[in-house]
Amino acid sequence: MSQSTLSIKVEFGGGLELLFSNQRSHKVSLPSHVPTAPPDANTTSEQGKKESGRPADITYLMYWMRDNLLKEREELFIENGTVRPGILVLVNDTDWELEGEGEYVLQDGDEIVFISTLHGG
Amino acid sequence: MAPRNCALCKVSRAILKRPKTGQQICKECFFHVFETEVHNTITEANLFKLGDRVAIGASGGKDSTVLAYVMKTLNERYSYGLNLFLLSIDEGITGYRDDSLETVKRNQEQYKMPLKILSYDELYGWTMDAIVAQIGTKNNCTFCGVFRRQALDRGAVMLEVDHIVTGHNADDIAETVLMNIMRGDIARLGRCTSICTQGEDTIKRSKPFKYAYEKEIVMYAYFKKLDYFSTECIYSPEAYRGHARVFLKDLEAARPSTIIDIIHSGEAFEVKEEVKAVQKAQQTCRRCGYMSSNDLCKACTLLEGLERGAAAIAVTDKARRKLVTMEGGTIDTMRTIPYFQLPSHKAGVNSSGLASSSS
Repeated sequence: MSQSTLSIKVEFGGGLELLFSNQRSHKVSLPSHVPTAPPDANTTSEQGKKESGRPADITYLMYWMRDNLLKEREELFIENGTVRPGILVLVNDTDWELEGEGEYVLQDGDEIVFISTLHGG
Repeated sequence: MAPRNCALCKVSRAILKRPKTGQQICKECFFHVFETEVHNTITEANLFKLGDRVAIGASGGKDSTVLAYVMKTLNERYSYGLNLFLLSIDEGITGYRDDSLETVKRNQEQYKMPLKILSYDELYGWTMDAIVAQIGTKNNCTFCGVFRRQALDRGAVMLEVDHIVTGHNADDIAETVLMNIMRGDIARLGRCTSICTQGEDTIKRSKPFKYAYEKEIVMYAYFKKLDYFSTECIYSPEAYRGHARVFLKDLEAARPSTIIDIIHSGEAFEVKEEVKAVQKAQQTCRRCGYMSSNDLCKACTLLEGLERGAAAIAVTDKARRKLVTMEGGTIDTMRTIPYFQLPSHKAGVNSSGLASSSS
């Protein structure tokens, strides 16, 4: 079965880029639907709660990023199935709290920004 | 999901959910309410008077960068008539402060404000890099905190300002309330929510962002595309504050109004007179003239310890007393801090005790 892919622009700010090769902007391609076979065993338990085959949402993007982009200290990015408290997320320049947070269904060409607020002022 | 319109103007599309109120608002209304709330904080507390010279404590981080931008905006919009300056302290931390100072230098250009940088090296003869090389990374935050506080006051005297504003935000203050409760520091608990602190011998300090949420400060910086620096200090950050911070962020995730509620709780506490009385009377340091609750101020004590190559023992009060009783004077070759003197027009201001919040 051919799986279509989504092209997503991911940006980091506020120091979060340090967990992702110190690169602020990433262009990623990911499946438009959550694959039936999770990429590795680690993801099974967390993603198992939600059925595979559902359209890719931000929660899926976060786990995809963890498995494909994150270089260090996962606990500073994901906590209890969502972003660590203190990380702000924007979907096409809108607070993700207005877009359904992790359940927002990704559209091709979306821009998702993650900003840490936890670094010094 | 269908786009919603702004709860305030009802016209533009909402881009932000305010943590304080839960309102969904558009970008322009967000800028307007954020700035207006800071203006209201300033006017309700009567922070400034026409012609005041005000230094913005600038680290290059998000809070002080947004503060500099908003202070400039409000000063022009409401004709406060303030002369604004940027004051930065260079702790001498390679790879951290040197990079963030580059941001402050750009802010100086962008905001057209004069900048003064005062370094630990210049004032104390020690950079944080040198201090950490000598004492390690266990008590280094104590040194940095004590040295920064005094350096800001001294920098302010050099700029001849009346007032220092800092970027402490609502999250920082809620965090300090929690820490003071958890440490049983009731005297500080009574003072830590004050918007303005002013000792007899110090320059007035205030926090115009006292009621501004960190989330909104970061969103403001993002939407205004402000240039700020965000890297954690390379030396271990204050562990206890770190725990309080994570705890507070968890609470906020469950109930966003928590932060403002904790500040209100802190403001509502009434500290008994006998608890307040535990606070030592303020005097001036016999060596450098800075305000102190002991014969020697903390900075002079710490510096003496460093100079003696025995900094570790200077950190506890017990060791301090030992040091003072054992050694009356200074070693001839020892570096000391230049004598501190406030401009004469500062004499005779009201005392309201030491500030307690730090970040």
